[in-house]
This record gives sequence, structure tokens and C-alpha cells, in this order.
Amino acid sequence: MNAIKNLKPSTCNNLINYGMVLVFYIVVQILVNAGVLNNSMQGMLVPICTYVVLAVSLNLTVGILGELSLGHAGFMSVGAFSGAIFWMISGSQMSPVVGFTLAIMIGGIFAGIFGALIGIPVLRLRGDYLAIVTLAFGEIIKNLLNAIYVGWDSNGFHFSMKDVSALGLDESGEVIVNGAIGITGMPKASTFTAGTILVIITLFVILNLITSRAGRAIMSIRDNRIAAEATGINITKYKLMAFIISASFAGMAGVLYALNFSTLAAKKFDYNTSILVLVFVVLGGIGNIRGSIIAATVLYVLPELLRELQDYRMLIYAVVLIAMMIFNQSPQVLAWRSNFVSKISRSGIAARFIKQKRQSEEV
Amino acid sequence: MKKALSMVLAAAMAFGCVACGSTGNSKESTANSNTIKIGSIGPLTGGAAIYGNAVKNGAQLAVDEINAKGGLQFSLRVEDDENDVEKSINAYNSLKDWGMQVLLGTVTTQPCLAVAPETAQDNIFLLTPSASAPEIVAEDNAFQVCFTDPNLGTAAAEYIADHNLATKIAIIYDSSEAYSSGVHDNFKQAAAEKGLEVLADEAFTSDNKTDFSVQVQKAKNSGAELVFLPIYYNEANLIIQEMNKQGYDAAIFGCDGLDGLLTIKGADTSLFEDVMLLTPFAADSSDELTQNFVAKYKETYGDTPNQFAADAYDGVYAIWTACEQAGVTADMDASDVCDKLKEAMTQITLNGLTGEGMKWEASGEVNKTPKAVKIVNGAYVSME
Repeated sequence: MNAIKNLKPSTCNNLINYGMVLVFYIVVQILVNAGVLNNSMQGMLVPICTYVVLAVSLNLTVGILGELSLGHAGFMSVGAFSGAIFWMISGSQMSPVVGFTLAIMIGGIFAGIFGALIGIPVLRLRGDYLAIVTLAFGEIIKNLLNAIYVGWDSNGFHFSMKDVSALGLDESGEVIVNGAIGITGMPKASTFTAGTILVIITLFVILNLITSRAGRAIMSIRDNRIAAEATGINITKYKLMAFIISASFAGMAGVLYALNFSTLAAKKFDYNTSILVLVFVVLGGIGNIRGSIIAATVLYVLPELLRELQDYRMLIYAVVLIAMMIFNQSPQVLAWRSNFVSKISRSGIAARFIKQKRQSEEV
Repeated sequence: MKKALSMVLAAAMAFGCVACGSTGNSKESTANSNTIKIGSIGPLTGGAAIYGNAVKNGAQLAVDEINAKGGLQFSLRVEDDENDVEKSINAYNSLKDWGMQVLLGTVTTQPCLAVAPETAQDNIFLLTPSASAPEIVAEDNAFQVCFTDPNLGTAAAEYIADHNLATKIAIIYDSSEAYSSGVHDNFKQAAAEKGLEVLADEAFTSDNKTDFSVQVQKAKNSGAELVFLPIYYNEANLIIQEMNKQGYDAAIFGCDGLDGLLTIKGADTSLFEDVMLLTPFAADSSDELTQNFVAKYKETYGDTPNQFAADAYDGVYAIWTACEQAGVTADMDASDVCDKLKEAMTQITLNGLTGEGMKWEASGEVNKTPKAVKIVNGAYVSME
């Protein structure tokens, strides 16, 4: 008991995050094995993991670094395509675990490289300007992927921006990325277990980064750039660090996402997807990692649960979004909530609970 | 304290989600156990909604007719996928929870490419009314009512060449759309073989489809006599308006994606006169089947049916015919139904709205002759 109490509050907080993910995983596994969980829910497990990783990684840019990025789907698509191309060519020859892990790593590395390439010019800007330029880069990546043709034969890779016939493949060759149609006939590899492991790795890296020296430097840039610069913090370095890590995890999430379906097309990674992830981050609370996890899960599952409502589905979804936003952020509601909580705590059970807690603390 | 409370609330919410998700379906599956459950997936909302809704209406009409006959009874449930791969898979999973035995869908190509392998794995019979990529029917449980993209592109080139419509051709297509680039690639290939000259080959993408002045200008300058538009009708409308503005008077030829031009609200339909399109269905056709269908459709939905509605109608009848042939009953599970229907599909012949004597190959592709129609006085008229 004492050991737990002596933990730093941040460590304690982080442990709650890991615990939450693990409990969710165990509960789902029990439900699956008991045959209670329906197909619809089972099908959503991997996308949930994907969006959690995306939301947490975007929160690093938006919440911790304090720069609004609207191009997260672009990094996701770079990761998705590079990982999926690797998986198509050689992943199937290796054991699934090794192939999948390598695909995820390749996706992360490529997205990280793109993060660096884009970050260097973009991070010179601030605020709205940065948001708009990231939006533009996201669209550029999507349009490039939409027009690219990749083939593979005994001579190696063939690229073209024109059409399939321009690839010049020999007989053994196969078209891997077919322009707008993208990748088809991919063997699926993503599982909920793999997704959960990726979520935990993401949390581990990002939570530790936040509490580390580098993390404090990143947050100091967010809080007061001039003061940070005056204390000798290398602004470009830390900004780039946060941006690249964020991009790289988005790429890994992209691979997880891509290998969950047998097709992959660039069309999916438009700015709507970026905004969707941003909605998760904002609703969960900017800078609040646990909020991102919960918001991504709840908001992803919600539209599917509303299927019964048929045509009113998206309308209700929007109303729920607005209601949640007001509940979480409006000053009046926040005041009312704390009032309500203190009222409860003054009366009855909660009071006894607090009393007990106080007593145990005194002991 | 506040944190603990929020944790408890969040946990309760998560459990609530899981619990209501799993109880919801068990109620459904016990009801109507004596009907064969046909599921369908299509865009009921969003940019491609007209196709999904047409399929929904057409299929419902066929199901009602079949149920009125007595004998085998069908129940139909259509789920929305917004023309998105991920949502399509979600819709497929929730249909599986409903107890779907046959899948009539999905309506659009890209989602179908993702759903088809899932159905192969689960061994659920798939008949898509309108998703046209050849990869969809790669597995033996999948069949198509419509033509595949390559067939459509080739057929269009052959039609233009054989009927001497033009020799100098310009193409404007959507390179970000699987359907459009699929037809485009094959059209170009077939055009070269047929001795047609493609003078201008202009692309646009889904992000860049409001201003077509550049593409039309290039087509005009190339001196093409015919503009081939393997695209959807909304963009075609803009292109045709732009051609009119620039005074470019060339023939216009499109594929089934142009079906819907006449339904655009507020568009100047006089510009669409003489637009030709290759589509298996013309609502003005004089045969009894089509006329009955169009009359009923108009009565029920207050709209002239398009090709997608007709494809769906034929799809339901194909399933019905195959079920009768194979002796499928409502109490079989989806996998048994699939095994039986796979075999029966290749044996049946269907006289449908979209073709006389339709037959299916074991590969899943349909065998029928494409029809070309022309817009005259604001209505489709069969060519030839």
C-alpha cells in the first residue's frame, strides 16, 4: 500500500492508463470467448485500437506541443501504404508475427521520415498558418498516393504516375498499388491483440516522453515560446521531435488499419479523417491522454450503435457530439458539475467515503 | 474524487455499449425465422446516396412482389456505408448479427472490394447489383448483375467504332475513382485496337471537380468529335455545362455512371439532349416487364427508376430463381445457402430488366448484351 502511495502522481496516472487498456482487453477477450460479443463489436475492435493510437499521437502535437495539425491522416496513409506494400511483397513469406511487426515498423519509419520532411518547413509557422499548411500537406500526400502505380517483379520495384501499362512489368510481375483503386487482395493480419500491444507501446512512449526532460521542454514551448527560447531550449529540435514521434505513431496506426481490411485506397485518408481524429482529441480534452483514449473508443462505437435509428443516425451523432462538448467544456456546466459533486459529497455515502479515506490517510 | 467518478462513468458507458450491442441482435434473429434474410449494403447518405437508395427501393419492390406470390418468403435489410470501406465492413458485421443469409451488395465498387473477401471467408453468398471491378468476383461465392469495368470500357469502344459515331475522341475521367479509372484504362486499350484516335486524355480528382474549363478547353483544342465521359453524372453535368459555355459542340458518350443526369434538380436538361450512354436499362423500354416495373416504382417512390434500381430488382429475382432451383429453405444457415446458390447460379437463366436471357459464368460475371440509350426530349430512348 505504501509503495503505491509513494509513487509520483504522474506515474500513478500513467499506470491507470495502462490498467484501463488492459482491463478493456481482458473484458473483451472474456466476452469473445463466452460468445457474447456480436460480430459488429468484434469487427470494430481493431479500428478502435487504430483510432486510439491516432488520437493519442495527435494529442502529442495538439495538446503537448500546442500546434494545431490537420494533416494527421496524411501520415497515417504514408504508413499504411508503405507497411501494406511491404506486407504484400514479403510479409506473407515470413511468419505472421515477424512480418506484421516489420510492416508496422516500416510504416512508422516512413511516416517519421515524412514527418521530418514536412516538419522542417511547416514548423517555422505558428498557429492558424501551421494548421493550414499541414492540411495542405495531408492533401498533397493523398493526391500523390491516388496517382501512383507500383509494381513488383523479378527486377524489383517499378513506379509510375501514369497507368499500369507504363510500369513495364515482366511476366512474374504483379501490380501492387493500382492508382485510385489502391491495393486489393491483401491478406489480413491485424488482430485485436496486436492492436492492444500497439496502443500500450504508444502510451508507454508518449506518456514517458511527456514526463521526461524533453517533454517538459516541449510543453514549455507551448506555454511560453519566448521564455523557453530565453532559457536556452532548442525550439526547432523539440518541436521537430514531437512532430516526428506523432507522425511515426500515426504511420503505425495506418499499418494496423490497412492490414485489417483486404483493400486500401488513398481516398480514405482525406481531411475528414484528420478532422475525425482531431474531434476525438478535442472532445477527450486537449493534452489529456486518457481523455483521448476514452473519446476515441466511445465516439467510434457510437455511430454503429445508432444504426437502429436508420436515417436519423448521423443527426443523433452530431447532437451527441454537441451535448458532450457542452458537458465537458462549457464553464457553466463545469461549475454546475463541481457544485453537484460537492453536494453529493456533503450528504450521505460520499461523505462517509471521504471520512474513511481521510482516516486511512491519517493512519 | 472527480476523477474516480469520471472513471466509473466511463466504465459504465463502455459496458453499456457492449451490453446493448449484444442484446440488440438476439431479439432480431428470433423474429421472422421463416423468411430468407437478404442483407444489402450501400450508400444511403453522402455523395453516392442516389445509388444506394435506388438499390434499396428496387430490391424492396422485388422482395414485395416475391412475397406476394407466396412460396419462398424474403426479408430485406439495407445498411448504410456512406461509400466507405471501413463503414461497409461494419455494416456487413451488423448484418451478420441480424442473421443475414444472402448478401445483395455492396452497391459501390471500393467497399465491395473489401467486403467480398469477408464473404468468401464466412462463406456467405454475394450478388452485387452494381459494383463493377473484376476483382470482386475473384472468389467463387461472388456474382455480379452489372458488367465489369473492363467489359464496359471495351464495350463502349466497340460500340463507338462499330456504329461509326466518331474516330477522334477526347476522354475526361476521374482518376481518383476506381470505377472511372477502370473503365478509362480499358476503353483506351480497346480504342487503340479498334482504330479510334484518343486525342485528349484529361483527368480530374475528387478534390478538384468543380471547374472543368481546362479539361474542356483541351478537348476542344484537340478537335475531338466525341467526348467520352466514364464518370458519375454530377461531374458530367458540370462538364456538359462547360462545353456549352465554351461553344464546344461534340457528341457525348458515357457509361452507366451517367445514369442519373436527368434527375439532377434544377439542371438545364435541354443541354443533355443527344447524350449517349451505355447502360443495360432504359426506363422507356416498351417491354412489359420494364413498363410494369417503372409504373410500380413511380407509384411507390414517385421517381423514375434508374439502372441501379433495375440491377437490384434483377438481383433479387436472380437470388429467388436460384433459391427455387436449389431448393433453399429459410431454416438453412448462410453457409449451406451459399453452397447451394453457388451451384444454382450458373444453371439459371433470367429474363430481367437489364437483359434478356441473363446467364452467369462460374467466374461470377454476367452474360448479357449492353444497350445504348440516347436522351431525346428529356427521356431515354434506346438506340439502334
